[in-house]
Amino acid sequence: MAFAAFGGGAPAKDNSTKRKGGPIVLALILPGLIYLGLFFMTPLVSLLVTALESPDPSGAIGAYFYDLNFGNFATVLTDYMPQILRSFGYAFAATVFALAISYPLAYFIGVKLRTSPLIQRLMLTLVIAPFFISFLLRTIAWKQLLSDDSGFVSLLHSLHILAPSQFFLGSDAAVIFGLTYNFIPFMTLPLFTNLERLDTRLLEAASDLYASPNKVFRKVTLPLSMPGIISGTLLTFIPIAGDYVNASRDFLGSSKTSMIGTMVEADFLQNWNYPSASALSVLLMGLILVMVTVYVRRSGTEDLL
Amino acid sequence: MATSNAFAGADLELIDIRKDFPGFTALDDMDLHIPAGQFFALLGPSGCGKTTTLRIVAGLETPTQGQVMLGGKDITAAKPHERPINTVFQSYALFPHMTVLDNVAFGLRQRKVADAQKLAVDALNLVELGHLADRRPQQLSGGQQQRVALARALVNRPSLLLLDEPLGALDLKLRRQMQIELKAIQLEVGLTFLHVTHDQEEAMDMADIVAVMNKGRIEQMGAPEVLYDRPKTVFVSKFLGQSNLFVGDIVEKNASSVSIEVGGNKITVDKKRAEKHTGKIAIGVRPEKADFHEKKPKLGADHIVIGPGEIIDIRFTGVSNQYLIDIPNVGEITVFAQNIGKSPEVALGAQVYVSWKVEHSYGLADLPSGIEEA
Repeated sequence: MAFAAFGGGAPAKDNSTKRKGGPIVLALILPGLIYLGLFFMTPLVSLLVTALESPDPSGAIGAYFYDLNFGNFATVLTDYMPQILRSFGYAFAATVFALAISYPLAYFIGVKLRTSPLIQRLMLTLVIAPFFISFLLRTIAWKQLLSDDSGFVSLLHSLHILAPSQFFLGSDAAVIFGLTYNFIPFMTLPLFTNLERLDTRLLEAASDLYASPNKVFRKVTLPLSMPGIISGTLLTFIPIAGDYVNASRDFLGSSKTSMIGTMVEADFLQNWNYPSASALSVLLMGLILVMVTVYVRRSGTEDLL
Repeated sequence: MATSNAFAGADLELIDIRKDFPGFTALDDMDLHIPAGQFFALLGPSGCGKTTTLRIVAGLETPTQGQVMLGGKDITAAKPHERPINTVFQSYALFPHMTVLDNVAFGLRQRKVADAQKLAVDALNLVELGHLADRRPQQLSGGQQQRVALARALVNRPSLLLLDEPLGALDLKLRRQMQIELKAIQLEVGLTFLHVTHDQEEAMDMADIVAVMNKGRIEQMGAPEVLYDRPKTVFVSKFLGQSNLFVGDIVEKNASSVSIEVGGNKITVDKKRAEKHTGKIAIGVRPEKADFHEKKPKLGADHIVIGPGEIIDIRFTGVSNQYLIDIPNVGEITVFAQNIGKSPEVALGAQVYVSWKVEHSYGLADLPSGIEEA
């Protein structure tokens, strides 16, 4: 119906709008619209509908009927509060670590290596190189490297960082490590894109105006790289908050490290509690949306764009 | 840290500065002294090392050898932010994430000067941009940005202000206006200015002292009038204005003058206006100092007369006509004649004689490239 109105309205308008809404433009937009309709809108609506279902009166496991049961949200909020807090806690910590590691790296590649483009490209390839191997395989590899009889854990034992009865795998630290490791490229690339364009003449001007190197960074470099920091943190924080691989006991986590994603997976695939899993998913989406909105508003980067 | 707010300019001294970059030497044995309160211009073609000199003074480059002294203190090892020196950059380098006012107040705030805000407003008013204080630099025109950059540097009252071709990006009319304003501000605040430019008119017009640089060295330094009247090298005579040069062996010498012979003509220069008094030398004269005549003029020994030659080109430039005269065995000579009705009216192809006063000749220390010393 929308398409009919669009097509019908076009001939009445003047030349310029006719060209704007021509059949070629429509043909170019259509695949994208169909894709979004099929693979974004349909699952989203289905998820919302499922989130409001109630258990079948027969009591059969996995049987539900269509309802408007908003109580599902209250239930998952109370039942899964620890996992919700843990998810955002992990996501926050991993994002901060990824930023702390990626910023100097991106600065080095994007600014210091400008004079030697060949090494610059090589370094950039190294940043992307992990993508050539599935992240599941890489995370499994880390599981081996950090296993209870690994040299790393023996080292932690001999340094008395871990008690003899403690191990690394399954701890908060192991999961945060895995999340940080897996998402570093998503932080580094937007930062690099931004810092690559950093006008170093502005840094010279700032030091000419009595700013110490420390001040130059805080007053000029950092504010100018805010767009890169914002996109980098969003590209890491959002997927990390919903991640269910690293925290799973099959990888680096344990039952004490489960995140929202872990619970959604368990409810869908093991407990067959579809309304609970759906309500939790919708809740995660809503919380992230609110956080991102506040974050982007507060950082006030629109001036720089 | 040099945070003292210097209200008077300081003198700058460069001692035996050398700067090597991978593959080439940008500066070689550079010595320079700029007295306090002077407007000093470094003039030269691009690639002559003038910007490198400026960056060494600002502390943005480290010299390979030599010393930078400011007000008698060795600042060679001082970091840029420790030097009481500010720069107006060629690219202006205004901070895009700050308002115009915050840009101007930046240096004051770094030094924790009280009343930074008020001083910045005053500085903006000085360059007549007070009404644009809340704008972003990218919303201003090129000329306005240039004035913000100037205010941002001047507000700190540095001992030395460096200007890196700040007028290069402006159109002719605006540049002219900014030159006048800049000179007025310099006289008003009494700071030492070091101005780097490739524009010879700008340098001569604004500076008290001009140093002409070529290939990493200072070729000649002095007041603009002296430099123009009495260039000492071929490069200076050609870079600063135009020159007619004549090369020949010295054929006559007396107590006060030397003469060379060029294509059967005798060209004389006062001894005290010549760098060299032996062998083969180059003698020059400015185009506007020469006259031409349709008949061989009867002039005394204090004049040089050469010719006849053919007028092969006439260019009308408004205030003057530029004539190109080809004299056999001598070469092409340029003569400027003001359009005040005193020059003979001649057509292309006319045969004329060229004359000038001996006192306007200058003898150079070197020969034009491609001419071997006999």
